[in-house]
Amino acid sequence: MTATAPRGTGAVSPGHGNGMPAPRRATIAERTLRTDRWWLQPLVTVVVLVLFIAYSTFRAFQNAHYFAEPYISPFYSPCLTTACEGDTFPELFTGPSWISPAIYILVVPLGFRLTCYYYRKAYYRSFWLSPPACAVGEPHRRYTGETRLPLLGQNVHRYAFYAGLVFNVILSYDAVLSFRDETGAWGHMGLGTLVLLANAALLWLYSLSCHSCRHIVGGRLNSFSRHPLRYKFWMVVSRLNANHMKFAWISLFGVAFADFYVLLLATGTINDLRFF
Amino acid sequence: MTYDATFRVWRGDASGGELQPFTVAVNEGEVVLDVIHRLQATQAGDLAVRWNCKAGKCGSCSAEINGRPRLMCLTRMSTFGEGETVTVTPLRTFPVIRDLVTDVSYNYEKAAQIPAFTPRPREKDGSHRMQQVDVERPQEFRKCIECFLCQDTCHVIRDHEENKAAFAGPRFLIRLAELDMHPLDVVDRRNAAQEEFGLGYCNITKCCSEVCPEGIHLTDNGIIPLKERVVDRKYDPLTWLGSKIGRRRSD
Repeated sequence: MTATAPRGTGAVSPGHGNGMPAPRRATIAERTLRTDRWWLQPLVTVVVLVLFIAYSTFRAFQNAHYFAEPYISPFYSPCLTTACEGDTFPELFTGPSWISPAIYILVVPLGFRLTCYYYRKAYYRSFWLSPPACAVGEPHRRYTGETRLPLLGQNVHRYAFYAGLVFNVILSYDAVLSFRDETGAWGHMGLGTLVLLANAALLWLYSLSCHSCRHIVGGRLNSFSRHPLRYKFWMVVSRLNANHMKFAWISLFGVAFADFYVLLLATGTINDLRFF
Repeated sequence: MTYDATFRVWRGDASGGELQPFTVAVNEGEVVLDVIHRLQATQAGDLAVRWNCKAGKCGSCSAEINGRPRLMCLTRMSTFGEGETVTVTPLRTFPVIRDLVTDVSYNYEKAAQIPAFTPRPREKDGSHRMQQVDVERPQEFRKCIECFLCQDTCHVIRDHEENKAAFAGPRFLIRLAELDMHPLDVVDRRNAAQEEFGLGYCNITKCCSEVCPEGIHLTDNGIIPLKERVVDRKYDPLTWLGSKIGRRRSD
């Protein structure tokens, strides 16, 4: 491949360049002339995400009620410290007792979702109001997008994706371990097993439908015909990718629900429905 | 069935203007452009409006209808209630010439700056060959009719005139993606996409995809894949290393 010859940015003054006066647009005072409820979608996004953040923050710092044999909450898995309840993962170190084991690990799923192309759209629109909705004026005086730090850092998304895959493997392993009963004997299945299985499956769907995944499996190639297997992978991921937004939301609810279910079991509020 | 609709149409030029009210007859099956033409014929003979094919293929009659960037010829009157006021304004991102006609030269200036398609050498028999499966992705972007609704709705330039210098807009980002994905093209445009055409300004809020009358998935199939290709080139240390030591093929 050859590189493009250096060329100017076309940095003309707005519109026409050549030192001409800034172009004059139609004088319309209203921020938008939209008549539909354009504010509803960003509002719902803010409410749901704030609720999730509040709940997950509370649970992450609670440092209790995250294990109910044989189930472990996804917020606390992998549980790395010697203070962890249960034996779902090797205990690697002893941290200060006041630090919840969740704090060490939640940066991974948080980083994956924070840099996700779908969530970026969601929070840029709803929290940043940049823009709040299409053709609705944004309130900021300046805008540089993702051209400089810290937002330039969104480009690490693929590494967050790789790390997220490791977590998916661990949460799938947790789901497999939930086929053991309280004594550690295999051959058990309860509603909690289904909850953890569903949670792991949803997380896999969310991860594999990721735009970075689509690029990695084949999107970066210009010649699919020379890579038929990767083309097949790309086709599968592309089909999943069309539903990335859906998977992003459902898996978010899924992980919160799985944690809530373990919380209810661990506090003795309910008993697990046991199938066998 | 005919009824009288209430329209507000922006009239004026670069020195100023206002929304003017009209009451105009609407017939069953008509689109907004039909009604604008009726206004021209019956009440406002000097109303300026750009149009051509009336079939959603030329991209001329772009405007904002009730605040949403639309083609007037593809906006059916049946989508509005009979008592609903329909407001038609020119594209707000570009300088107005008169009434509903704007000066879209910004787009042609950006188009001219994009490094042209540069195919690899021909094969021995003088042909260029490529497989359909390889060219399908760029073909989606060839559907573009250059109505510039995506450019109009993009907040990067709609709300920030000063960004026009550094940002080419979604239509030209997908042009860059189209060329970069093309199986015959040999020019690496990834650095230029980021540094000269302002790919980093895009915060993928997908308004361009929402307004595209051709249904092109600008963000998912064009801009995000281009961003990922730029990451390969500029921000991912492993792919950079791989390309330097020859372990990473570029096809």
